Amino acid sequence: MSRRLRNALLLWGLVRGLLRAPRASEDDDGRGGLPGWGPDSADADADPTRRETGAPAWAELTLVALLVGAAVLFVAFAVLIAAAPDTQALGLTAGGALALVAAALILAGNRVAPQETAVEERPALIDPEAERELESEAEAGTDGVSRRKLIVAAAGAAGTGLAAAAALPVTALGPGPSALKGSPWRASVRLVDELGKPISANDVVEGAFVTAFPEGADTRELAAPVVLVRVDPATLRLPAERRGWAPEGLLAYSKICTHASCAVSLFRYPLYERRSSGPALVCPCHYSTFDVRRAAKVVFGPAGRPLPQLPLRVDAKRDILAAGPLSGSVGPAWFGTDRGKS
Amino acid sequence: MTNPSSDPVRFLDERLGTAGPLRKAMRYLFPDHWSFLLGEVALYSFMVLVLTGTFLALFFEPSDAPTTWSGPYTPLDGEPMTRAYASALDLSFKVPGGLLIRQTHHWAALVFLVAILLHLLRIIYTAAFRKPRELNYMVGLTLLGVAILEGYLGYSLLDDLLSGMGLAIGYGTALSIPFAGGPLGSLLWDGPFPGGDAFFPRMFFAHVFLLPALIAVLISVHLAMIVRQRHSQFRGPGRRQSNVVGSPLWPSYALRSLGLFAATAATLFLAGGLVQINPIWQWGPFEPYLGENGAQPDWYLGWLIGALRLMPNIELHVFGHTIVPNPFFGGLLFPTVVFMVLYAWPWFERRFLSRDYRRHDLLDRPRDQPRRTAFATAFLVWVATVFLAGSADRLFLAFGVSYEVQVQLFRALFFLAPVAAYVIALRICQDLRRRGHPLRRVSRTMVRRNAEGGFDDVGADGAEAEQPGRELERR
Repeated sequence: MSRRLRNALLLWGLVRGLLRAPRASEDDDGRGGLPGWGPDSADADADPTRRETGAPAWAELTLVALLVGAAVLFVAFAVLIAAAPDTQALGLTAGGALALVAAALILAGNRVAPQETAVEERPALIDPEAERELESEAEAGTDGVSRRKLIVAAAGAAGTGLAAAAALPVTALGPGPSALKGSPWRASVRLVDELGKPISANDVVEGAFVTAFPEGADTRELAAPVVLVRVDPATLRLPAERRGWAPEGLLAYSKICTHASCAVSLFRYPLYERRSSGPALVCPCHYSTFDVRRAAKVVFGPAGRPLPQLPLRVDAKRDILAAGPLSGSVGPAWFGTDRGKS
Repeated sequence: MTNPSSDPVRFLDERLGTAGPLRKAMRYLFPDHWSFLLGEVALYSFMVLVLTGTFLALFFEPSDAPTTWSGPYTPLDGEPMTRAYASALDLSFKVPGGLLIRQTHHWAALVFLVAILLHLLRIIYTAAFRKPRELNYMVGLTLLGVAILEGYLGYSLLDDLLSGMGLAIGYGTALSIPFAGGPLGSLLWDGPFPGGDAFFPRMFFAHVFLLPALIAVLISVHLAMIVRQRHSQFRGPGRRQSNVVGSPLWPSYALRSLGLFAATAATLFLAGGLVQINPIWQWGPFEPYLGENGAQPDWYLGWLIGALRLMPNIELHVFGHTIVPNPFFGGLLFPTVVFMVLYAWPWFERRFLSRDYRRHDLLDRPRDQPRRTAFATAFLVWVATVFLAGSADRLFLAFGVSYEVQVQLFRALFFLAPVAAYVIALRICQDLRRRGHPLRRVSRTMVRRNAEGGFDDVGADGAEAEQPGRELERR
């Protein structure tokens, strides 16, 4: 036996020793109680029963006053609904009326109605006789049946068939997961704002944070929105194969977080960079933080991979166009999602 | 021929034989203790939810078809949005009493879950989950899980910016289920997020029929099991394992309990009328490309958003393909562990802690089994730490501590806080067992008159004694 295994066994024994309490004795700690039942209260022999009647006059009269008050407020609520449905006034009248009803009922229960404390024996749950009869009765249901196993197997087959028949139509609920992969981004698609107006490269200054869409696409499509920012080209640290993706320092990344598909709608732009970290996109849901200069590398938070990047080019009219498709799968990952390079 | 109005008892008895069972029901005994009312508050909140929800369902339109809203709230007048959001705005601004009912419904959902959680804590701390109540305990836990899902669907239906962000996270988390996530998410949402035409009607159907029906069935089973076994009770004069001491249903308990129903409804309606909750017009319509900072879900989802935030950016992947995406750990694994611990609790405690296989109808006080109480407190604090991380936005606004620092802090507390809670709770329990409750401790001093006429203190006696009737059970 190796040393490590022996140590592990010793540790397990220690943990078990700590966890385990001695088995509680069956014959209760000299406190009575029934067999198979835990111990009774220390003064289990006392008699707690009592019954008191006789409602005081003040209680009966207060009860009447509370109920009449509730009636008035309920009527006031009805009038308000019809005449001037103001939320606060409605809440005050409805809530107030119910509060008066509550006060009336609690007063009635505690002061007007007879007060009684009674004792009842708890029903025994176990009935061994009935258990035996139940079992033999159940077994008697197969009297005279000789091919039991065969019948059970056939019933199992029918059940399996039923499960398959019930499960497979579920696939009609929606499209397969390949539907999650679509993206409207292709080379030469123009970047536009949410109203469809082309975005000029001149309008995207350093520190700006612009949401852009592919021209002509549905803005509700998950792969459509990208964020467009500009950084000083000298500070860019994109991987070698993406060197031409950021003309003039213009960068575009998918706006949908690769963690849980929230919109990455915060741009943390440093006011004085020497004393704070560089520009980064932050998701407000779970604080995943993506470094815009380093191809949206995850620098904080739970996201497991960078935001997909959109390669860009700027045409003669200073419009911004996609130079190719997004670099990876948009939004949250599922089993088998390609993580992309970088 | 019996007349149903002159002799309803005989009329029903002739047809259904109800007199005997009803007489027994009137004599059903309820032990008196305030903590037994937490479950009743949950039940009554559910009733308010059904009543107010029925009203809301008459006006709400579960559709993401585009429309343009016009109404008295100028910032959204003439704005394009979905019919779901537009009809929720109509409920808030145009339907008489609509906003009151909508807000009361929301408050009732929050209180429903508070009451269930406090009820669960009471059950654990007083060991009401022991034999013979393990099955009912598990029914109650299932109720809690279904209620959380029901609440999430409720505020997700409105299609404002806040609910859309919540659904996005739900989508990301559904997709993260190993193997099945992609197909499952695509089927549930009828396509990629934000979903196909069928998605909103599906959510609506689940929220107003499937889940409420399930909750109603579970509540019925829960209550039927209680009635079969009778209520558990605390120790006290005349209280035995084999009896029940309490107030009969008729008349005083029925009146008090109805009073609690009215008080619950009164609180919810007053809150619904006077305390603003989820002002959807301020969030604006949802678009997948929009998000806002400082968005907070309903409180009962705080532990899930906290877990998603605290999880480091680990994903399992092979050859550049994701196997287990990150949201799985915080959004699914963590709640699964929490619920599995809770489901396993009665069986685990019996097997490893108490070795007690007897039936218990008398409840423990928290101090009676210090290790249980300490473990429960550590577990509660563990979940509460994650819950607090879910409110990091609010903590940032209140204290100005950055998200990064908060996340690191909560990650450390995730491991340290339960240990501290265990030690502190254990010490408090042991101290209570040894010396009694500090406010109820009887302090006695014996004095003797001496020859000079003065008094001599001959020593404290009985400082350790508890009041009569509160003797500890020691094993």
